[in-house]
Amino acid sequence: MKILVAVKQVAALDEDFEIRADKKDVEEDFLLYDLNEWDDFSLEEAMKIKESTDTEVEVVVVSVGPDRVDESLRKCLAKGADRAIRVWDDAIEGSDSIVISRILAEVAKKEMPDMVFAGVQSSDQAFSATGISTAAYLNWPHAAVVADLQYKLGSSSAMIRRELEGGMLQEVEINCPAVLTIQLGINKPRYASLRGIKQAAAKPIEEVALSDIGLSAADVGAGSSMSRVRRMYIPAKGRAQMIEGTIAEQATKLIQIINEFKGA
Amino acid sequence: MSTILVVAEHRQNALRPVSFELISAAHGLKKSSDDKVLVAVIGSQSEAYVEALSVNGVDEVVVLKSSVSDFDPDIFEAALSALIESKKPSVVLLPHSVDSMGYAATLASKLRCGFSTDVFIAEYQGDELVATRGGYNQKVNVEVDFPSKSCVLMTIRAGAFKPLEGKASPVVSNFDLPAVQSRSQNKEFIELGGGNDIDITTAEFIMSIGRGVGEETNVEQFRELAETAGATLCCSRPIADAGWLPKSRQVGQSGKTVGACKLYVAMGVSGSIQHMAGMKHVPTIVAVNTDPAASIFTIAKYGIVADIFDIEEELNNQLST
Ligand SMILES: Cc1cc2nc3c(=O)[nH]c(=O)nc-3n(C[C@H](O)[C@H](O)[C@H](O)COP(=O)(O)OP(=O)(O)OC[C@H]3O[C@@H](n4cnc5c(N)ncnc54)[C@H](O)[C@@H]3O)c2cc1C
Repeated sequence: MKILVAVKQVAALDEDFEIRADKKDVEEDFLLYDLNEWDDFSLEEAMKIKESTDTEVEVVVVSVGPDRVDESLRKCLAKGADRAIRVWDDAIEGSDSIVISRILAEVAKKEMPDMVFAGVQSSDQAFSATGISTAAYLNWPHAAVVADLQYKLGSSSAMIRRELEGGMLQEVEINCPAVLTIQLGINKPRYASLRGIKQAAAKPIEEVALSDIGLSAADVGAGSSMSRVRRMYIPAKGRAQMIEGTIAEQATKLIQIINEFKGA
Repeated sequence: MSTILVVAEHRQNALRPVSFELISAAHGLKKSSDDKVLVAVIGSQSEAYVEALSVNGVDEVVVLKSSVSDFDPDIFEAALSALIESKKPSVVLLPHSVDSMGYAATLASKLRCGFSTDVFIAEYQGDELVATRGGYNQKVNVEVDFPSKSCVLMTIRAGAFKPLEGKASPVVSNFDLPAVQSRSQNKEFIELGGGNDIDITTAEFIMSIGRGVGEETNVEQFRELAETAGATLCCSRPIADAGWLPKSRQVGQSGKTVGACKLYVAMGVSGSIQHMAGMKHVPTIVAVNTDPAASIFTIAKYGIVADIFDIEEELNNQLST
C-alpha cells in the first residue's frame, strides 16, 4: 500500500526585496525557502493512515525542483516519510502549475499509489491548481479543500468533508484511488523528532529525470505552459496612513483612534 | 464577434453573489458591441436561476440540466468541456471559489487553453489579454498573458469586480449535457454552529491576532488587552486551527465575515486574501506588523510597523493610567 504526497518548496520574500532587472520575478537573493505550509498537513494525513494500520504502508513524497528542494524533502523524511523523489531538469524552469502537475502525474503512474495528496495551494503563488490538475492527467476522481478524511487504505471509496465558504462543510463520498487537496487544520502536524532528523540524513532522495518518466524537454517549461509571466511589480501603496514615532507615540495614537470610535 | 462565457455559481438553491461580479468582469472584456456574454448555469434546477441572472451585461443564459442539484466536479468538467467546444468562447470566467478549485485546473489541462487563477484585473492591453494576480503571499502583483491561446480560462477573485446594476432580458437557451459518470456523491451540507461562544459578526470593535503571537501562552495577554480596551478578541486561521482560540472567532473566507465591525485592530496578521475576505469592508482598520511590506497595509486605514508585543505593553501602560 502506498500514499504519494506531492510537496513544494515555497519562497517567502525578505523584507527589502527587489524585482529582477527583466521584471519577470523577484531577485533570487531575496527569496527564503521553506516547505509549503499546506504540505505539513497532507504529509501528516498520510502518516496518520500509515500509523493506523498493521498493513505495510509506504509514504512517498515527491517534489519538482532543483537541488535546494532536497532540504524540504529531508524535512518530510524526518517527519516519517519513507522515501523522497525529486524531479528536475533545467528545462522545467518557468513551468506553470499545469506542467508541474503533468510531471507529478507521470511519477504517480510509475509509483502506482493508492492515494495522492497535495496541498490546497502553495503559500507563495497560491494557484490552487497543481494538485487537482494532477488528477486530470491520471484520470482519477478528485476533490479540493478536504478538511476531513475517513478512509481505509485499499477501500474503493472514502468519506471526505470539503470546506466551503462561510464555515460550511460538504460531506462527499468519493471513489478511490483519488487525488485530494488537503486543507490547513485537518490535523495537527507533528514536529520532526531528533531521531527522525538523524534517520532522514541517511535516507536517499531519488533523483528522477524527465526521460525516466517518459517526458522530454519539449513537454515542459514556459513554452508548454498555459500562461506566461509578463511583468512583476510592487503594488502601489494602499491608503494606509502610517503611524510613525516611538512605540509610546504609536500606542497613544492607537488609543486615540479607539477613543474616537467609542465617542462616535 | 467573440463570446465571453461566465459560469454562475450556486449552492443550496441560491446563486452566490460572485456570479454577478463575474458578469461585470465579462462585460468589461467586451471589445466591441458584437461580443456576447453568455452565462452558463449547471444543476438539476438550473432553470430556476434564469430570472435572477437576467441582469445587465448578460446577452444569453445557457441552462444545463444535470442530475444533481449542487456542484459535482465530474459533471461540471464534462458539461463545460462540451459547452466550450460548441460555443468557442475566447474567455471563460469562473469564480476563484472552493468549488472552482475542484475542477478549474482539470478543465484547463484537458482543454489546453490559457489558464490563470485568483485574477483580480482582467483587461486587454492592445490585442493581448492580460490578467493580474498576486504573488509571494500578495506582496507583488503579477501580470500574465496567454501567448497563442484562442481560449483563456480564468478564476476571478471574489470582490474584485463590482456588479452592474439593472435587469435585462437575455436570450435563454438550453444545452444538453454529455453523459457522464460522476465519481463522487454529495451526501450533505453541514453548517458549523458557533457552539456557546459569542457571535463575532455583531461585534463593532475587534482586536484580531494572527500568527505573529507566536505561541499559545502569548494569547492570554492579548485576551486581557482586548478586554481592557473593550474589544472582541478574534483571530486569523492558524490561531483557530491550532486551537488557541475557538473556530467561532476566526475571521475570513472559511470563518466569519465581521459585518457589524467598525474598528478592526489586526495584530500580527499578514493579510491573506482569505482573511481579508472577512474584514476588508471595515471602515477603520489598524494593522500592526513588523513587516512593512505585509499586504494587510494595502487595505488598512492606519498602519503601525512595530512588534505587537511592544505595542501591547505600551497600550497596557497607557490604558492603566
Ligand atoms: C480555502 C482557504 C480558506 C481559508 N480561510 C481562511 C480564513 O477564513 N481566515 C484566515 O485568516 N485564513 C484563511 N486561510 C488561510 C490563509 O491563506 C493564511 O494562511 C492565513 O490567513 C495566515 O494567517 P496569519 O496572517 O495570521 O499568518 P501569517 O501569514 O503567517 O502572518 C503572520 C504575520 O505576523 C507578522 N509578525 C510576526 N511576528 C510579529 C510580531 N512579533 N509583531 C508584529 N508582527 C509580527 C508577520 O510579519 C506576518 O505578516 C484560508 C486558506 C484557504 C486556502
